[in-house]
Amino acid sequence: MKVKVKLFGAPREALGRREIEQTLPEGSTAGALLDLLVEAHPALRPYSSLIKLAVNRKYVPAQTRLHEGDEVALIPPVGGG
Amino acid sequence: MGEPSKKLFEITSEEVSADQVIARLADSGMGAVIAFIGVVRGVTAGRKVRYLQYEAYPEMAEEALEQIADEIRVRWKTIEKVAIVHRVGRLEIGETSVVIALSAGHREEVFDAARYAIDRLKEIAPIWKKEVWTDGAEWKSG
Repeated sequence: MKVKVKLFGAPREALGRREIEQTLPEGSTAGALLDLLVEAHPALRPYSSLIKLAVNRKYVPAQTRLHEGDEVALIPPVGGG
Repeated sequence: MGEPSKKLFEITSEEVSADQVIARLADSGMGAVIAFIGVVRGVTAGRKVRYLQYEAYPEMAEEALEQIADEIRVRWKTIEKVAIVHRVGRLEIGETSVVIALSAGHREEVFDAARYAIDRLKEIAPIWKKEVWTDGAEWKSG
């Protein structure tokens, strides 16, 4: 299946990309996707332990299963205001 | 420039002012309005800031702002309306980054509710800020 990954802030800058189309095995979890991305893009590694995950605009735990076409966001520590 | 926005929860690259956000609350039952205004500070931890670069996940951030308003109305029953507008892009020292406006029939609960709104925004809204100094830059959280 394919999902759309959105990047923001420091990890976006480190990777030089705002979006990644990622193919991964059916039934994969959001956490597995993050592991796979870190493997494929070592520039993400320094941020991986701080990243929260959102699927279709909601924060989710890492064990959440993904579905075809999901929009997954890697959320580094936020700092609005 | 088109019509002024009437959205109650908005991420925008346009300038933000308290008047303009308060206007979005307009309601004849209003007896008290409070506005929190976040402003870009020129010095942090002794370093001179040149400017701030804000970025957001706008669709999710607007939903998070609406969620904060829902939480407020559960905790403080007298709060009528809430509007939260956050600016993104490059902001210069002294410019307004965020306006939170709340209205109620009476003043009692607006202060605590405004405090809660800005604390929660900093905690959950997917918005990021990069401080750019004369000699470097850093993404800041919290």
